[in-house]
Amino acid sequence: MFRYISHRLLVMIPTLLAVSALVFIIIQLPPGTFLDSLIAELESQGEAADPNQIEALRAEYGLDKSQIEQYFTWLFGMLQGDFGFSFEHKRPVSELIGERLVLTFVVTFSTILFIWVVSFAIGTYVATRQYSVADNVATFLGYLGLATPNFLLALILLYLANQWFDLSIGGIMDDEFRNQPWTMAKAVSVLQHLWIPVIVIGTSGTAGMIRRLRANLLDELQKQYVVTGRAKGLHPRKLLWKYPLRVSLNPFIADIGSILPDVISGSAIVAVVLNLDITGRMLLEALRSQDVFLSGSFLMILSLFVVIGTLLSDLALAALDPRIRFTGGTTR
Amino acid sequence: MKDDGVEEPVPHYVSREPFDPDDEVALTPEQEKYYMAGQWRLMWWKLRRHKVAVVAGIFLLLLYLIAVFAEFVAPYELQHRNSRTLFAPPQAVHLFHEGKFVGPFTYRYKSRFDLENAQWIHTPDTRRVDRVRFLCSGGYKGSEYKFWGLIKGDVHLFCPAGGRATIYLLGTDRLGRDVFSRIIHGSRISLSIGLIGIILSFVLGIAIGGVAGFYGGWVDNIIQRIIEVLKSFPRLPLWMALGAAMPVKWSPILAYFGITLVLALLDWPGLARAVRSKLLALREEDFAVAANLMGASTKRVIGRHLVPSFASHLIASASLAIPEMILAETALSFLGLGLRSPITSWGVLLNEAQNIEVVALYPWLMAPMIPVILTVLAFNFLGDGLRDAADPYS
Repeated sequence: MFRYISHRLLVMIPTLLAVSALVFIIIQLPPGTFLDSLIAELESQGEAADPNQIEALRAEYGLDKSQIEQYFTWLFGMLQGDFGFSFEHKRPVSELIGERLVLTFVVTFSTILFIWVVSFAIGTYVATRQYSVADNVATFLGYLGLATPNFLLALILLYLANQWFDLSIGGIMDDEFRNQPWTMAKAVSVLQHLWIPVIVIGTSGTAGMIRRLRANLLDELQKQYVVTGRAKGLHPRKLLWKYPLRVSLNPFIADIGSILPDVISGSAIVAVVLNLDITGRMLLEALRSQDVFLSGSFLMILSLFVVIGTLLSDLALAALDPRIRFTGGTTR
Repeated sequence: MKDDGVEEPVPHYVSREPFDPDDEVALTPEQEKYYMAGQWRLMWWKLRRHKVAVVAGIFLLLLYLIAVFAEFVAPYELQHRNSRTLFAPPQAVHLFHEGKFVGPFTYRYKSRFDLENAQWIHTPDTRRVDRVRFLCSGGYKGSEYKFWGLIKGDVHLFCPAGGRATIYLLGTDRLGRDVFSRIIHGSRISLSIGLIGIILSFVLGIAIGGVAGFYGGWVDNIIQRIIEVLKSFPRLPLWMALGAAMPVKWSPILAYFGITLVLALLDWPGLARAVRSKLLALREEDFAVAANLMGASTKRVIGRHLVPSFASHLIASASLAIPEMILAETALSFLGLGLRSPITSWGVLLNEAQNIEVVALYPWLMAPMIPVILTVLAFNFLGDGLRDAADPYS
């Protein structure tokens, strides 16, 4: 097990390095730099940009160095917890993104919990009643949930809440707590607002998970040992809980690696629609205004979330499933 | 029986019936048809039994037909504006006027500007009946079009009565443009982007996955790592970054291909993985080994034996990947990072519905989400059917 963990940790390093290089290339792709748009803005206001001042700014932001040098400065900075400087907000990136990342983590984590709880309940229920009304309804809703993009679902919910209850459901906390230090009241406010984004982001993941759990459980229920158990008069509930259900719960852990990117993707766009103070809107604005260190740090940390989440799920799977532990590889 | 104990031989008997040595193993015509059918025919039979998938397929075919003949189906031209009817709500199509049957018609809108709320108010004038015309040619503003930008015409599937009569099935937007017509026109971009994207992603996926699966060793290793890196990105933020990297000044055509390329760039890893694992598995199968031993070249083994045997799986997974691309384009355009007006896709139309204040007043601006959801749903149903049918021997 120790060898497995250390192997996985070692593999993570080149992956993250490649991710950081890719992020850096992508955020540098747009022609020009933030400074160019700043100069253009100054000129449009009728102020001639002072060449000396521009040179000073260029040097301050390290824009006069080569791309490769800039990349390594950025990379080593990040390793020390310095994510660079946001041109647009004129503050260090780490100050800006700290709370947003905490909230992103909270939303992501709650969404995954939501997916687990709901799909466990519904999946088990419908698998034991194959082709019943409930099963067909759940299957249909599942298809609908998979087909409805979450930002449209958010829009629909916003509209319905506005029309029927005259209620504004946007935001991740009440306005008075924004940019305030964390207190009990603030945490409560976040919890009160959390359920809407969690449902919106979690729907498609839940639908997918229900399908997988149902299929797995149906496969398992047809196996000989279940028939034997039933034949010898085991109580149906015990027969279900003892083995088939436990075996078919594998995707709950194994699929984190594929669900996590989806959830984080979903939270990015839902945040824009629901006006949440998580990564979404700030990332969008940073991308638009070429605030490279801000957008780059967001992309980097979101990927880090995914990589670490996948690692944890693989480790959990190895701990839970001896088939994987002993062969030392993943089944995926 | 005789006394001397010698048995008399059994009389020799020959049946006069014609004898067919294959009779024992002969098949009924039905069985024959089944056993002799090729792989694709079997798949078609299996798919045909999947009623939902068939319905979804027909629905999609219809959608694509509409997209091809968008100018004919939509009553108005894409950019036609009517400054009299800004933000007009959907017009109901009635059949009975004052208890009498007159066929499909609309009541004309009486519009006035409410100065207090700074808002247009459109009320149907129940005295003015505008009959809907079918397969009609022109006679109103916004009826002239250039079919695919080439052939001039003004024939429509249905159109308003003419003059100042209007038919806004799904209302109008802030410039007085017919939302229904714009959705129809937008389907051309939205539906084709999935197809072109999947073709690009297919080419990339098959080429890269093929190389990895065929050469193995360090090539395979490197490609696997690249795929892993790409998979560890949350897709949408990366798409957003790539979308933002596209210059705003690009011409519509360039922007269109740019966005399909961006979509395909993150989609191929899944396909490449599928191709690789299939190649690795099938390479060891008896029929591949047999072909090899009989002296078939590698190219022939791959092209003639391996690819056809997993092509069906690829088609199934492609039909499940197309809706993802359509959704991604919609999401990007919705955020303003994908396509921009004057190119019109469903996502670009939904961009107008981004603000809840606008949506609360003019909910019909959300209408473009209906075709998005229906299309994705249909592709998912079809894809599920295809996936089941892809293994006709199971």
